[in-house]
Amino acid sequence: MTLSCTINNKAVRLECSPGDVLADVLRAAGYKEVKKACGTGNCGLCTILMDGLPVASCSIFAARAQGKTITTIQGLKKEATELAAFIAAEGAEQCGYCSPGFALMALAMVKEFRARGMQNFDEAEARHYLAGNLCRCSGYQGQMRALKNYWESRNE
Amino acid sequence: MSKTFSVVSHSLPKIDALSLIQGKPAYTDDLAPADALVVKLLRSPHAFAKILSIDKSQALALEGVACVLDWRDVPRIPYTRAGQGHPEPSPHDRFILDRYVRFVGDEVAVVAAESEAVALKALSLIKVEYEILEPLLDFEAAVDNSLVIHPEPEIHDMFPIGFEPKRNIAASYSMELGDIEKELASSEIVLSRSYKTQSQAHVAMEPHAAFAYLDIHQRLVIYASTQNPFHTRRLLGQALGLPLSRIRVVKPRIGGGFGSKQQVHVEPFVSLVCLATGRAARCSLSRREVFEATFCRHQMRIDMRIGAARNGKINAIDMQVLSNTGAYGEHALTVFMVGGSKTLPLYNKVKAVRFGGKVVYTNTRSAGAFRGYGAIQGNFALESMIDDLASALKMDPVQLRILNMVKEGESSEVYRVMGEGREGVDMIFESCKLDYCVARGCELIGWDKEPLAREVAPGKIRAKGMAIAMQGSGIPLVDMGSASMELQDGGCFKLRIGATDLGTGSDTILAQIAAEALGVPLSSINVYASDTDHTPFDVGAYASSTTYVSGNAVLAAAKKMKAVLISAVAQRHNVSIDDVRFDGVNFFMTNGRFIQDLNSLSLDTLYHDGEKMATLNATASFSGQKSPPPYVAGFVEIELDSETGKIDVVRYVAVVDCGVAINPALARIQVEGGVLQGIGMALFENVKYDAKGRLKTNSLRSYTIPSRKDIGAIVVEFAESYEPSGPFGAKSVAEVSIDSPPAAIANAIFNAAGIRLTETPFTPERVLKALQERKT
Repeated sequence: MTLSCTINNKAVRLECSPGDVLADVLRAAGYKEVKKACGTGNCGLCTILMDGLPVASCSIFAARAQGKTITTIQGLKKEATELAAFIAAEGAEQCGYCSPGFALMALAMVKEFRARGMQNFDEAEARHYLAGNLCRCSGYQGQMRALKNYWESRNE
Repeated sequence: MSKTFSVVSHSLPKIDALSLIQGKPAYTDDLAPADALVVKLLRSPHAFAKILSIDKSQALALEGVACVLDWRDVPRIPYTRAGQGHPEPSPHDRFILDRYVRFVGDEVAVVAAESEAVALKALSLIKVEYEILEPLLDFEAAVDNSLVIHPEPEIHDMFPIGFEPKRNIAASYSMELGDIEKELASSEIVLSRSYKTQSQAHVAMEPHAAFAYLDIHQRLVIYASTQNPFHTRRLLGQALGLPLSRIRVVKPRIGGGFGSKQQVHVEPFVSLVCLATGRAARCSLSRREVFEATFCRHQMRIDMRIGAARNGKINAIDMQVLSNTGAYGEHALTVFMVGGSKTLPLYNKVKAVRFGGKVVYTNTRSAGAFRGYGAIQGNFALESMIDDLASALKMDPVQLRILNMVKEGESSEVYRVMGEGREGVDMIFESCKLDYCVARGCELIGWDKEPLAREVAPGKIRAKGMAIAMQGSGIPLVDMGSASMELQDGGCFKLRIGATDLGTGSDTILAQIAAEALGVPLSSINVYASDTDHTPFDVGAYASSTTYVSGNAVLAAAKKMKAVLISAVAQRHNVSIDDVRFDGVNFFMTNGRFIQDLNSLSLDTLYHDGEKMATLNATASFSGQKSPPPYVAGFVEIELDSETGKIDVVRYVAVVDCGVAINPALARIQVEGGVLQGIGMALFENVKYDAKGRLKTNSLRSYTIPSRKDIGAIVVEFAESYEPSGPFGAKSVAEVSIDSPPAAIANAIFNAAGIRLTETPFTPERVLKALQERKT
């Protein structure tokens, strides 16, 4: 079957079979920034935005993407580059394998927090929001420092 | 010292950071050729069985299936999957595929097909008839059991390691310094206790992956998520019966290793398919396969005895270990030995010390290398025991340690006697700021400010605990690293290193070392690493070796490179090399007269100098005469809920002596990550099987690793320390960071409630049970 959807602001058609999950179809189509680590929706590495909301692409059928707008970290070039500099300053990406999913989720979180009117970065709230984004290298502390610094740089 | 450095000791971003964060294709599976055959593995559903027959006809008949291989199709050559020096201290007890399967998940057959869907369908069409054998699952019942896991005659050790497969023993060892029984008998206080540690899963985020193809010269090229490309090449050559000249192994970016990629897992299978079909072949394991069929931490029982005088002076320590290596003996001897060799030297002033034990086979997944490599298990037992002794002596645990622990300038007999699989080396601990680490840790956690335990709410007890730990920096006289530098036109340098960056940032810190030594900016160094065809040899990333061993090789190469540059300038200008200075950009005479700049030198030597044109390069290798230990003082504040038994880590303080941190930000992240992995092992991570040996914890649902909500604060500080034998004063940091949490948390639980938990993890069930037993 053929899917029509918008990926990173481009209209695309994807070939897939009915049982395929979205992460596999995206990777096969060249979106290698969508990483796969657990296949059970537990780790957050395959996070994409579907119509603006984060979803675990390993745990939904590709067919669900029909007509949808999909964004990967490569589609958020400007914000992703800015956030990446803060993560890199802490060395918090370490192996980097979880970073694209984490960065995308973090950007969605920042947007949501701003929409809620949050002024000061609420680390506990952020840890809760990002609890589903696992990282085995960093111990998370550097990621949280990077997010706080990124948030505060936006306040300036 | 740090004041004098311009590149080293600076927290520069990793050179690959921005690309990786934004998801550039960089990891093995990202790079696999699109037309590669997809390789899937048929795995044993039985913990122990003999394959009576395999019918592949239906699978082979399926359209899109390129090949189906089983034990009859592979050379019967015993080998080890463990990536270690040569000859390997691990027994050669494994065939790529065998007629026997020895754990649930052991490989039975290899399928290659045009697509994943076809490959999976083909797997389901293979008919295997098994003779199911009774599995041996209890490692404490393994020795001399009537069930023998490895009766096959061809398997062997490479040198004596106490290998007795007929008794289910993969390795054994014992040593004694002084007279342990005499010293225990004459000690005023003698304690003995048995400890157990569980099997832990690595859960590197990138599943194991590899792809293979035949290049234009018909050589086998393998891209793999490996920590040791050179060992991988050697192991594959051996297992496949191929000359090493026919094999090239390349390591792209790796999504974490922690030891899990210090073995070959999928490499043999993509190679087999590639050789059988002539086609490119790819394989990336599912998370379930990673859990079921790659390695885990060795489960251990550690029987401790300790004897001391009433004044707190420790006289004797006896550590006897039983280690579970699972179905195959990868890293069997060496992990078990590190349990003693990287813990017992902490208390180097004892009159007698004994270490020994056995590593046994069971029908569970293989254990292998895992960050800490036995030291975390040994540390849990030893450092729990030290707190027990403090309690018996009514001494402060910190004071007891200060009285007995290793100090700068001292040595340990244990280091001389125990190496990794062989005799060790004698060494003086030239840098040891453990005393500072302990004192600073006390300040940061507030050790003396308030009682070690206090009730903060009804049933909720906050308590502190601590432990000290050490590790090594590579394996002396075994590990070797090399680096090669070359001046390129434009005035930049190639740095080619065999070292393997598994996500730690070693490509960056090794480039920092080169830049510092040459006096050039980091941006002038272009790193190419981990390719058996194009980089010089390096054993790989394990045993906390990269900064120290590979770093020293890079330092030596960069120093040579600088000498080569100066010599070239001196020759071109007919002056003495002693009169030429290089400031990173320009060459000057000692009297300050400008000679030429680096850029023009590069153009002159490559384009302008006629018959004298030459590539300026330098290569150097390093193998350590010693393995300077890094140290950690770990302090923890926990909150124990006496209603539920749940333990929360409120704060973990790690004060680290890793020598000079080449890149403090990257060193900090390593410590923070290591501490959290140690906390995971201490509190809840646990590899569990059912009664038939099937893995129950085979997904990230059933096997939980710490999330960012499972930890309070992790506070990391570094001691000012300088290791004279290290590159710019550096030692290692990767492994030592994981070692202290199990003991520190156990000690905090003891301080909170007077219960001594002797088995990791400290689950709410175990805590509650111990609380109830204390009441009765």
